Amino acid sequence: MAMTVDQIADAMYKEVEEATNFGKKLKPMDLTKAMLKAYEEEGVDKKMCKSAIKNLVDSGRLVYTYFGGSYLELPHREGAAND
Amino acid sequence: MPKEYKTPKLDELEKGPWPSFVKEIKLAAKKSEMSNDLLGQLEQSYNEKLGHWKHGGIVGVMGYGGGVIGRYSDLPDKYPSVSHFHTIRVNQPSGWFYTSDALRTICDIWEKHGSGLTNMHGSTGDMVFLGTTTDHLEPVFKDLTEAGWDLGGSGSDMRTPSCCVGPGRCEWACYDTLQRCYDITMRYQDELHRPAFPYKWKFKFAGCPNDCVASIARADISVIGTWKDDIRVDADQVKTYADEGLDIFNDVVLNCPAKCMRYDGEKKEISIDNKDCRRCMHCINVMPKALRPGVEQGATILIGAKAPIVEGALLSSVLIPFLDIDDEEEFEAFCDLIEEMQDVWCEEGKNRERVGEFIQRVGMGNFLEAVGVEPIPEMVAYPRDNPYVFYEDFYEDEDE
Ligand code: SF4
Ligand code: SF4
Repeated sequence: MAMTVDQIADAMYKEVEEATNFGKKLKPMDLTKAMLKAYEEEGVDKKMCKSAIKNLVDSGRLVYTYFGGSYLELPHREGAAND
Repeated sequence: MPKEYKTPKLDELEKGPWPSFVKEIKLAAKKSEMSNDLLGQLEQSYNEKLGHWKHGGIVGVMGYGGGVIGRYSDLPDKYPSVSHFHTIRVNQPSGWFYTSDALRTICDIWEKHGSGLTNMHGSTGDMVFLGTTTDHLEPVFKDLTEAGWDLGGSGSDMRTPSCCVGPGRCEWACYDTLQRCYDITMRYQDELHRPAFPYKWKFKFAGCPNDCVASIARADISVIGTWKDDIRVDADQVKTYADEGLDIFNDVVLNCPAKCMRYDGEKKEISIDNKDCRRCMHCINVMPKALRPGVEQGATILIGAKAPIVEGALLSSVLIPFLDIDDEEEFEAFCDLIEEMQDVWCEEGKNRERVGEFIQRVGMGNFLEAVGVEPIPEMVAYPRDNPYVFYEDFYEDEDE
């Protein structure tokens, strides 16, 4: 059965969660590539991945961060931030 | 009562006839604690020859991955008002045309939410708001959007496109830079606000080869106005320039990089061998009343420039020698090509690798093949200096 954008978003969220456990940061393109690799045969394309990322960020489940390049991470307290 | 800092080093930068950012920060410091602490921290940095900012991180507004650059002081106890000092990039209007009313509105918003200090404009082209705290980011964004403004780009996204004043003010514009800059900004809103690239991607639109936005040195895609036919010559005006004392031979003809101009001093007549003209604008700039670009106008598309950050500087090189970019169909084809190139770069580019560096790494030939563009002589940036070049055709013939 073809995957929906919400299902892709959930799968992306899981990838980010796992990466976080290993102390790794993922870029949006890493997530898109991972989704295409796993689910291209189920009809997933770049456009759907873009929409899934938009949903994840608009809902606040993931946030963009910048460390030399832009990454998608779970919301957390900013390490560099001063109280 | 705000703390008063002694700033002998910064004071030096107020001397001289030119504008001084120190003078402006001091003015702002009369109203803003943040600007006052900024003076203190900056003086300390100058004394120690050490920056005291920490960059990056999570700050931004909901849904956007660009437009806010996180910055914190590493001396928050000493300078508490600059403990957070985030930068906000605001998408400038095409060609930087503002009404005074618009400028007052954005300054009022910024005085309400930040230090009141601006940089008009940053090197990308945006209006840059310098210094606010995390809790003010959403409110400033709300006020800006309600007044019709939006954030610009930052991080690994499409940076805010910028253009010269073009046909709005300049008679040399060979296409509508303002329109195309606006079109690209609106078309690629997702790419502007949600970073998805290996690194930044900049568009700059210059109306003619004078390239007032320095696109050839800064932009991943430089769109530079040009013309195909002959330079228009007003013979009477050439005579007037000569009569008024312009040294046409030395100041114009001898400075032509293509050596394609002739001047008959007796008849006071100029002739141009247009097929060799490099469209450099020199002669037109010196004799604007006598010479003008031709009438068959459009743009040259170049790729791959960047300022030195991770690697050294690159100038862009020709991708499409001539495109009638004002024409809707040709503009659509241009956008299709851009998207194709971005796909290839996203697929194969390394983290923090600009498209120009990517092309250097994989080779222009391979890049063109991947994006489906035929190589043509105009794309050669430098004549070859290696005689040991072999062609695929040669191998294919041998194999048969
Ligand atoms: S780049 Fe050319 S068209 Fe644009 S403002 Fe400069 S001189 Fe005028
Ligand atoms: S535009 Fe430049 S290359 Fe062309 S004729 Fe004038 S000076 Fe020569």
